[in-house]
Amino acid sequence: MTNENYSKKVIKTKHTYSFIILTMLLLLCFVVNISLGSVSIPFSEVIQSILGNSSNDSWQYIIQDYRLPKAFTAILVGSGLGISGLLMQTLFRNPLAGPFVLGISSGASLGVALVILGSGLFGGIFASVLISKWSIVIAASLGSFLVLLAVLLVSSKVRDTMAILIIGLMFGSITAAIVSVLSYFSSAEQLQQYIFWGFGSLGNLSWNELFIFFGIYIIGILLAIFSIKSLNTFLLGENYAKSLGLDVKTSRFIIIIATSLLAGTITAFAGPIAFIGLAIPHMTRQIFNTSNHQILLPAVFLFGAVVMLICDSIAQLPTSDYTLPINAITSLIGAPVVVWLLVRQRKMVF
Amino acid sequence: MTKSSQHTILKTSNLTIGYQTKKGKSIIADDIHLELKQGELIGLVGANGIGKSTLLRTLATIQQPLDGAIKIHDTTLDQYSALDLAKTMSLVLTEQLMSKNLSVFELVALGRQPYTNWVGNLSKLDVSEVNKAIELTNITNLKHRKCFELSDGQLQKVMIARALAQDTHLIILDEPTTHLDMYHKAYILKLLQRLAKETNKTILFSSHEIDLAIQLCDTMIVMTKETVVSNSPCRLIEQGVFETLFPKDLIGFDKTTGSFRVKK
Repeated sequence: MTNENYSKKVIKTKHTYSFIILTMLLLLCFVVNISLGSVSIPFSEVIQSILGNSSNDSWQYIIQDYRLPKAFTAILVGSGLGISGLLMQTLFRNPLAGPFVLGISSGASLGVALVILGSGLFGGIFASVLISKWSIVIAASLGSFLVLLAVLLVSSKVRDTMAILIIGLMFGSITAAIVSVLSYFSSAEQLQQYIFWGFGSLGNLSWNELFIFFGIYIIGILLAIFSIKSLNTFLLGENYAKSLGLDVKTSRFIIIIATSLLAGTITAFAGPIAFIGLAIPHMTRQIFNTSNHQILLPAVFLFGAVVMLICDSIAQLPTSDYTLPINAITSLIGAPVVVWLLVRQRKMVF
Repeated sequence: MTKSSQHTILKTSNLTIGYQTKKGKSIIADDIHLELKQGELIGLVGANGIGKSTLLRTLATIQQPLDGAIKIHDTTLDQYSALDLAKTMSLVLTEQLMSKNLSVFELVALGRQPYTNWVGNLSKLDVSEVNKAIELTNITNLKHRKCFELSDGQLQKVMIARALAQDTHLIILDEPTTHLDMYHKAYILKLLQRLAKETNKTILFSSHEIDLAIQLCDTMIVMTKETVVSNSPCRLIEQGVFETLFPKDLIGFDKTTGSFRVKK
């Protein structure tokens, strides 16, 4: 008995250590992320600027109105995509599922494509009004919301969870096809603008936008936390979940709403950021070696934020004027890490 | 104590099972009258495709009955809330586990879900119930192993422990002995017999191990194309029910040994 208690304690302390290390890593990455950029600012001045006492006005402006909101955006995007990916992988019992399997990003793409590529159809003056940043955010939100609504309506008719996965993919194909048709009739300039949106971007948000982003994000996170118990029950499969007294349909609905709120707002404000949502849950499972969502959910939150901050720091190419597309960096850095983790563990933990 | 004085846990009257299709009802079996008593081990046998799983799935509310009523403790099933039903009946199904990365303790602890708080934390009582279930099924040595490390026989014991931890009057198992070797088939059914006695739970399982079931069960339910009969194994043998189970061209039932023999 003492031996059992001992080994259980060891497991618990191991997780506690991992959480402490991850939290410290998050703080470190946050500070490093803010310190880096095309303008080099001494570290002491970075701290002073955060506190609002910097002697240099332009440095203070860069830190407070550009780098800080960008770092916060990175945290929201990384943790939000990671958690929505985790929810989808558990719900669909599929390691290939991610935050966008329900057609959220394709819906957003369709909305943005209609605004950018379709603006040619509406005439010149109208077009310049249309393509402001807010119009893109609204178009992306509306697009993802409408596609999601369609997926939900159709999937409420089917009992099988796997069918929802296929339906989401089919809606993705339909929107991709419409975008192709729109691209065919668009000018090179419009196409370029659309492609740039597809690169994703963390650095365009003002504090006001960030607050709206955060407001919706936090609802999604709370719903996800509320779903921890049902997610663990889903590990047994739906029939067992039902026999344990779980209202499968309602729980499934809450999980889908949480995912859409998170993935939908992130896509609206930061573009379709690939890979993070798929990879972060896998990396976390390999590192923590558990399927218990009481541990996985906070771990994915921290780990997603850390990885996104690192990717963003790399994307700025420190000391240069260029910023690489964040979408390329997440995959370039993330994919080898996932492969390495899988090879090291020799088996997939799912 | 005689059988009739024992408390009835589950009772069906006039039950019709099958599937509701667009063209109408496809009836698999009808006029089913069953009465399961407390502390009994009940074996459900029948040929492939006769509807054993459909009957179990209907009793387990995975599937709706076409007609008739199922009562647990004199209350019809549809009057139970999902949570109350989860505290009355637990299942061991044939479906594969989705995640085998749970430790045995974690998996058995999922059986406590109807009793835990909103985030699923285990209370002291929950932990002791889980440990009790683990001890009853003799898997204490596997407690901290991951489920993917287990053999089929070990995993089946873990699933039974999970159902025990759910602390219900009735446990329903769908073919708990498939994929197991002869020894483990006997082991699992013997375990079920012991559990029914020690914990006074009603345990209903379906199986193709008719010989073993005849030796171990208190009551057997025999499904044939015509009827669904239930009685003690000895009575069923006297009545010659087992002879009607299968077509007579290949195997025949031997009343003296209580087992099937291949015809020479």
